[in-house]
Amino acid sequence: MLSPAHLRDLETFAGFMIPASAHYGVPGADDPAIFADIARSLERDTDDVAAALERLAGIGGKPFADLAADARRGVADAFRAEGGPALTALIRVILLCYYRDDRVMRSLGQEPRPPFPKGHVVEQGDWSLLDPVRRRAPFFRKVP
Amino acid sequence: MHDKVDVLIIGSGASGAAAAWSLADTKMRILCLEQGDWVKPTDYPTNGRDWEARLFADFAINPNRRARETDYPINDRNSPIKVVNFNGVGGSTIMYTAHYPRLHPSDFRVKTLDGVADDWPVDYATLDPFFAENDRMMGISGLAGDPAYPLHQPPMPPLPLGKSGMRFGQALNKLGWHWWPSDSAIATAEYDGRSPCINLGHCTPGCAQGAKASTDITYWPHALRAGVELRTRARVREISVGPDGMATGVVYFDAEGVEHFQPAEMVIVACNGVGTPRLMLNSRSGRFPDGIANSSGLVGKNLMLHPFALTYGYVADELDGNKGPPLNLWSQEFYETDPVRDFVRGYTLQLHRGTGSIVEAITSTLAGRLPWGEDHHRVYRRLLGHRLGMSTITEDLPEEHNRVTLDPVLKDSSGIPAPRIDYTMSDNTRKMMAHGVARSKEILAAAGADPATIGVEAPIMNGGWHLMGTARMGTDPERSVVNEWGRSHDVKNLFVIDGSIWVTSGGVNPTSTIQALALYIADAIKQRLAAATLFD
Repeated sequence: MLSPAHLRDLETFAGFMIPASAHYGVPGADDPAIFADIARSLERDTDDVAAALERLAGIGGKPFADLAADARRGVADAFRAEGGPALTALIRVILLCYYRDDRVMRSLGQEPRPPFPKGHVVEQGDWSLLDPVRRRAPFFRKVP
Repeated sequence: MHDKVDVLIIGSGASGAAAAWSLADTKMRILCLEQGDWVKPTDYPTNGRDWEARLFADFAINPNRRARETDYPINDRNSPIKVVNFNGVGGSTIMYTAHYPRLHPSDFRVKTLDGVADDWPVDYATLDPFFAENDRMMGISGLAGDPAYPLHQPPMPPLPLGKSGMRFGQALNKLGWHWWPSDSAIATAEYDGRSPCINLGHCTPGCAQGAKASTDITYWPHALRAGVELRTRARVREISVGPDGMATGVVYFDAEGVEHFQPAEMVIVACNGVGTPRLMLNSRSGRFPDGIANSSGLVGKNLMLHPFALTYGYVADELDGNKGPPLNLWSQEFYETDPVRDFVRGYTLQLHRGTGSIVEAITSTLAGRLPWGEDHHRVYRRLLGHRLGMSTITEDLPEEHNRVTLDPVLKDSSGIPAPRIDYTMSDNTRKMMAHGVARSKEILAAAGADPATIGVEAPIMNGGWHLMGTARMGTDPERSVVNEWGRSHDVKNLFVIDGSIWVTSGGVNPTSTIQALALYIADAIKQRLAAATLFD
């Protein structure tokens, strides 16, 4: 479980990473429903996410949420340049919750549903494309 | 104390299931011990909205990340390629993409043809009828007539080309290079009680539709009906030997941690190229202080992993994305040795559809392609559904320093020492991989991918799907662990039938050949049983 201070930083970082967009009609990753999903999905990554938030605070000299909006970019970019498993855990949990939100999926032209049982349609395609290969002589290597 | 069985198989995956089914017609008492559980179709991720997220949790391909109670940890810190697997009925066929090529005839004769490694003690022609039998049992889709292979006829038609496949086909035709619809262990029609593929698009972590041929729904129903017993949550600690040097059975732990001894007339090990040497090395005794059947010292050595390189790019048109099985085409243009190149042997290019929305977002963020902030949404919409990718599967030649040993500290939840992997890629493999990546970029360019979007992951870190070579077969007991029909040189009632016995790796996904070999060994056992020469 993250501390309230860490949750505040996480929410701020999520909104920085993926802000709402009126142009695309999508919420930001700090949207209440999406952030609630993020907070309850930390599970095995909780410690790594906490470490990532600590690192952001370390780079910025103060908690990410307390940085001026125009200072966050530099801190985030510095952390992104460092990389590492803590950063990976942080961005993964934000993205995996954001890109399963119904509003976001619909904005991408996707149906908000699991793949099963409806599945998807994939066209057969033009099998005549294979004709040049069909005409090719066998080329596997013969063995003694 | 349990009743003695005639045949004890350890592991219910690709090879264990095939052998169990084949041996069932002997009417012997056959028991298979599996450390995992049955996986219900309703458990698979594609049943729920969190289907992609579970790739990073209980259906992660890396057992260290997945960390189920039924998994064992692997110390893979000294390997750039991490081992991936699944533990449950069906083994790693639960967790594979079902890309299903065979080894080529030349793969069995690399010493003769190219002067490297060793020839196999079996050949393609010997295995051919077992390939066909296995294709029938697993239910394979594909198209006869591939000029890269001897003629064979998959029982079902191929997976659809789709938009991505047509784009690849046009590109490869432009280059004049080979491509062909893959043999795939995915049903494209009603088959043996399985429903046809409906393009869930998320095949690797299990198929809720039951179209993907994992052995829990192919071989096992037939084997169980024929009287084979399958005991789950039975984690084997060691194989025991008697004073005569013959295996007497195994010690295993049940789900409650209770230790059992299961006696057997013969033991067949089918735990994959990491699990098998781990078990053999854990089976120490006065007679075998370095692990059972290890007089050659080769148990655990010569680990081969098929280093993969992923090369991808983005086109302007929307393609299939994650709709449909992720792999449906291959190119074998660069499979066979070409003396003009600076490496021996060759590789397969497997051609991919795209990814789901979350995987696209994560991988593109980690690659630095997807920005944070205002521009995120615009860039993301140019990526999702526009990806074309391909994997180079390099042939990994055997080297003794690539190995599985027992970790001195790490143990599984039953207290059994865990495997440690020490692995490096050879110069030959690096050159081969570089060649494959360069050719992949040419294909992407021919397919119209924006050169600025091309990305490479080489090797793929979580790419240790194919585990081979750690109990190799051969006719010389000093240079191999099992003989030409899978029987241990040292212990005449002990057999190994999984990818461990491979002499070389070829450059294709191994499941088809692993299973054909398992059927071949089962057939050899039956013939020698009939002749009363099995343990001679």
